[in-house]
Amino acid sequence: MSTATLSRTAPPKSPAARAAHEFFSNKLAVIGVVIVVALMVFSFIGPLLYQTEQVSTNLMQADLKPGEDGHPLGTDGLGYDVLGRLMIAGRTSILVGLAAGVLATILGTLWGSVAGYLGGWVDATMMRIVDAGIAIPGIFLLLVISAIVRPSEWMMVLIIGAVSWLVPARLTRAEALSLKSRDYVLAIKATGGSNSRAILRHIIPNTIGTVVVNATFQVADAILLIAYVSFLGMGLQPPATDWGAMLTDGISSVYSGAWWLIFPAGIAIVLIVSAFNFIGDGLRDMFDVRGQS
Amino acid sequence: MTTTTTATRDSSGIRLFSWFLAKRLVQAAVVIAIVSVIVFLLLQALPGGPARGILGQQATDAQIAAFNHEQGFDLPLIQQYFNYVGQWLQGNLGRSFVMNTDVSSLIIQRLPKTLILALAAVGGALLVSIPLGMAQALRRNKVFDYVMTGLNFIVYSTPSFFLGLLLIMFFTQLLGWLPASAPQGDTVAQILSQPREMILPVLTSGLAGVATFSRYMRSSTIDNLHEDYVRTARAKGTPMNKVISRHVLRNSLTPVVTMLGYYLPVMFGGALVVEQLFNYPGMGLLFWNAAQTTDFPVLLGCVLVISVATVIGSLLADITQFILDPRARGGVK
Repeated sequence: MSTATLSRTAPPKSPAARAAHEFFSNKLAVIGVVIVVALMVFSFIGPLLYQTEQVSTNLMQADLKPGEDGHPLGTDGLGYDVLGRLMIAGRTSILVGLAAGVLATILGTLWGSVAGYLGGWVDATMMRIVDAGIAIPGIFLLLVISAIVRPSEWMMVLIIGAVSWLVPARLTRAEALSLKSRDYVLAIKATGGSNSRAILRHIIPNTIGTVVVNATFQVADAILLIAYVSFLGMGLQPPATDWGAMLTDGISSVYSGAWWLIFPAGIAIVLIVSAFNFIGDGLRDMFDVRGQS
Repeated sequence: MTTTTTATRDSSGIRLFSWFLAKRLVQAAVVIAIVSVIVFLLLQALPGGPARGILGQQATDAQIAAFNHEQGFDLPLIQQYFNYVGQWLQGNLGRSFVMNTDVSSLIIQRLPKTLILALAAVGGALLVSIPLGMAQALRRNKVFDYVMTGLNFIVYSTPSFFLGLLLIMFFTQLLGWLPASAPQGDTVAQILSQPREMILPVLTSGLAGVATFSRYMRSSTIDNLHEDYVRTARAKGTPMNKVISRHVLRNSLTPVVTMLGYYLPVMFGGALVVEQLFNYPGMGLLFWNAAQTTDFPVLLGCVLVISVATVIGSLLADITQFILDPRARGGVK
């Protein structure tokens, strides 16, 4: 397929242009980017254009059907405008998901590259800690921690980051293990360069493909995890909300036929999580990273 | 002559396997030890320490001091840790302060129900995803493959409680075929006597499994289709469907079988959500109720049991892979 493309069009010049070409030839990845951008515009710019009351409840306006009284998607049981609520909930889901995904990636990359580069018993100790962390399913740990401290948004970022850095640590460690015997890394050692220089300037930049691809999947997983935590009743304190919490609130109205309390939030989660997974898949083809799912 | 070579190869194979097994067992033991430290530290991290956690918020300072002394919580941390481990090794996971029962007997009562749900879901998912993944691999990059890959992606990206909700809306509300609440009862036999109630919980957790397993099966089948043995068999005139049913299927299953061992934490995590949604009386619901009432002995007991199960699961997965896939043995030396 790629040979056919190349014979028709002139090969792009720089590696970056070639990579971009590879990425944008993956239709699903492009759809993913469009969905993420659209949902970000909706959640971050939307509230500026469509202003609604999302802090105080208004029971006079509760349970309105879509279109009633100037509410395009109706209102919920507390009188919040559903469309406006969808925007501020999206802001939380996207921000917390991105921040937790990035935090997990940074932590995991540092941990994994140090372990893989130093090797020996340091590596063995560091990786057994990772194994132990992986053995405790993240959602259980999250609930235990949430039972101790009721999380704020930033607390949520920290907790999700703290349970999600293990997989990137494993992946980076495997890369670092193979990179450390390359000539250019050995040359640093031979010329007396420090370990931190070798790790920060040479090991980590060369794992960037693996890291970026995994970071995308991490964000997708983090957004799902927030939804699960909210569903399990350990999410943010109202009036703060996220798409998972909105969907959970909607569950009780499943028999009243109030579809607008269920589908918008549910579809938003599926859209954003699929979109990040599509982008991750496209980036994987672009960086030609194998062995990640 | 030939027999000696085989004998040497066999004994070196056994030595290789014993070495691998010993190394992996030590690793697993170390990991379980670290897990126990993490659970112990979580117990220490409770607001007001374990005494406050166990006696509740109304306890007076004097009661707490007395309790601390009685339980040995005023001992040095290291000594406390070993006291805990001693108790855990005897199967004593502490007492639930909400239900006033042994945590271990609660878990023993609930765990089989979760396992039934999980086994039914995983078994059903495998029955669907093995042929599905293979069919996708054989029609790679055709419309069928694209549609199924897209569907898998969507199911994979759907929170399981939303999936369950959609199933309830469809099968219970719209069609009125199936009940939306799970089987109830104390014993496994009571659960099994309500198969209709089982369908929706199993379907919900099973669908998520299909999305995961069929992706594995698809990519491992694709990898195997490019192997030399396929070309050789074809060159010798073996029909393609025979090559597939005899060789490709068997070899493609190896990574899927291995993955089942690593799937345990996902399974327990899924059980947590599905049991809560359908009110199914398994270990996930036990854990969820304990989180609502901040019943820490139950929470930490469950975490400990699940983690140990996960470590054993991945140990079994590695051993299975070592036995089934000769290529995995390269990394041992």
